Amino acid sequence: MPDIRLESVRCVYSAGTPFEKVALDNIDLSIPAGQYAALLGHTGSGKSTLIKHLNGLLKPAAGRVLLGEEDIHRSKEALRAVRFRVGLVFQYPEYQLFEETVYRDIAFGPKNMGLNEQEVDEHVRFGAKFAGVDESLFAASPLDLSGGQKRRIAIAGVMAMKPEVLVLDEPMAGLDPAGCREILANIAEYHRSTGSTVVLVTHDMDIAAENAERLIVMRRGKIALDGAPEEIFIHAAELREMGLGIPGAASLAEELRARGVAVPQGVYTPQALAAALLARKEAGAC
Amino acid sequence: MLKDITLGQYFPGNTVVHRLDPRTKLVAVVLYIAALFTADNASATALVLLTLVFCVALSHIRPKALFKGLKPLIVIVILTAVLNLFYSDGNVICSFWVLRITDNGIRRAVLMVLRILLLVCGTFLLTYTTSPLQLTDGLEQLLSPLKKVRFPVHELAMMMSIALRFIPTLIEETDKIMSAQKARGADFDSGSLVRRAKALLPILVPLFVSAFRRADELATAMECRCYSGGEGRTRMKVLHMGRNDYLALAFWAAVLAGSIVLTRYGL
Repeated sequence: MPDIRLESVRCVYSAGTPFEKVALDNIDLSIPAGQYAALLGHTGSGKSTLIKHLNGLLKPAAGRVLLGEEDIHRSKEALRAVRFRVGLVFQYPEYQLFEETVYRDIAFGPKNMGLNEQEVDEHVRFGAKFAGVDESLFAASPLDLSGGQKRRIAIAGVMAMKPEVLVLDEPMAGLDPAGCREILANIAEYHRSTGSTVVLVTHDMDIAAENAERLIVMRRGKIALDGAPEEIFIHAAELREMGLGIPGAASLAEELRARGVAVPQGVYTPQALAAALLARKEAGAC
Repeated sequence: MLKDITLGQYFPGNTVVHRLDPRTKLVAVVLYIAALFTADNASATALVLLTLVFCVALSHIRPKALFKGLKPLIVIVILTAVLNLFYSDGNVICSFWVLRITDNGIRRAVLMVLRILLLVCGTFLLTYTTSPLQLTDGLEQLLSPLKKVRFPVHELAMMMSIALRFIPTLIEETDKIMSAQKARGADFDSGSLVRRAKALLPILVPLFVSAFRRADELATAMECRCYSGGEGRTRMKVLHMGRNDYLALAFWAAVLAGSIVLTRYGL
């Protein structure tokens, strides 16, 4: 499994016109193999632009993107191979479904990889399993299914390429809580059992806190904060100022501290908060 | 690549040209085209060229923007030039093999190329200085006499403005879908023609699906606001012809007359 590294990557939209906008400003970022990272940021902070650099859909105006030790833009063939190794799931991926059957849509990526029929079949079933697509749906038309099912099929289409790095842009947007939980569980399962790197783009702090081991917070094209969740959520004021905020459990802990209940720092999940309060109770503090 | 499409683009501004009534501008463009096509010699064409330069200067549109719009026409322009250059009668200036260049050929080639460029630049000036909304408003007003013969003028104008409004949206959507399919390894720019055409399917199907979905949503939204066609509909911005509009119309009528006179008696 390769590490993925961005070296002083810069991206400018509409260069040379009055509408020029620096979307990424000298980004240095390294995501080691097997990490589950969350990329956070306000709308327009450059998250989506950044992830398009990870699989070479955008070419940096300056700087390099490395997968393992190699520059992904070194040749056209190399770039195409990178697309299969770095799987990118876009926002609202259900709008890209086009095939007549679910099976053929999931098979689109594996077929482009140039696999034989048997390997394609194996890849499709692999992707379907991890995205929670039941094999009974394989013959159905993807356009007839519900929104949540379509979303899972689109994710399966990317997972079926067995990417070593899985990048997802807001995969929960517009889903109900149950669908949201299911997709997150599917991603976690893929991460755990294949050892792939996962980059999850979101602006939901609770989801980031509960799933990722590392949080990368972007602001105006730069990386503002980067670290483990407990390190990030200490900067509550800064996060709020960026229009983000901190997880519900962390704000509750903050509120409790403000009222004189000694909850330790670095508590940001409901489970940890409950444990901290129980520990206090057992210690006879309340 | 898709960002280069200039169709229906509008550069906001507050110049005399921008402020003219859209009806004036539409009629002026018709007069301009008429003048351009009657102009059949150097002096008349120069007159039309100068008036266009004058209008561009008034509008503060950068000439660069106009030239950018001409880019897709290069092939047509070259073809016109070559055809006129070699296939005209007149005094032979130089010749080799079966090709003869005549004085008439050169004259025609220059004239035709200028005519195409001026035609396109003139119409671009209209869309660059008039918002699509104003343009359709103007068109609806101009065509309104046709309502008498039950021609659906309002519906036509509405369709036009909706179509124009959705061009950027669809371009953006195409961009997104292309990215998504590329991320799954789709390859749009290699292979035979048949393969390339087939490679478009993963873009076209989702694009159509979403276009229909959008149309459906738009129809619902319009129903919700009780849209019922042009009947009894009033406007927030009523078009108004001012002094400048009449001046502009008189000016363009004069240019047309000038072009006719110069062609007839001129050089």
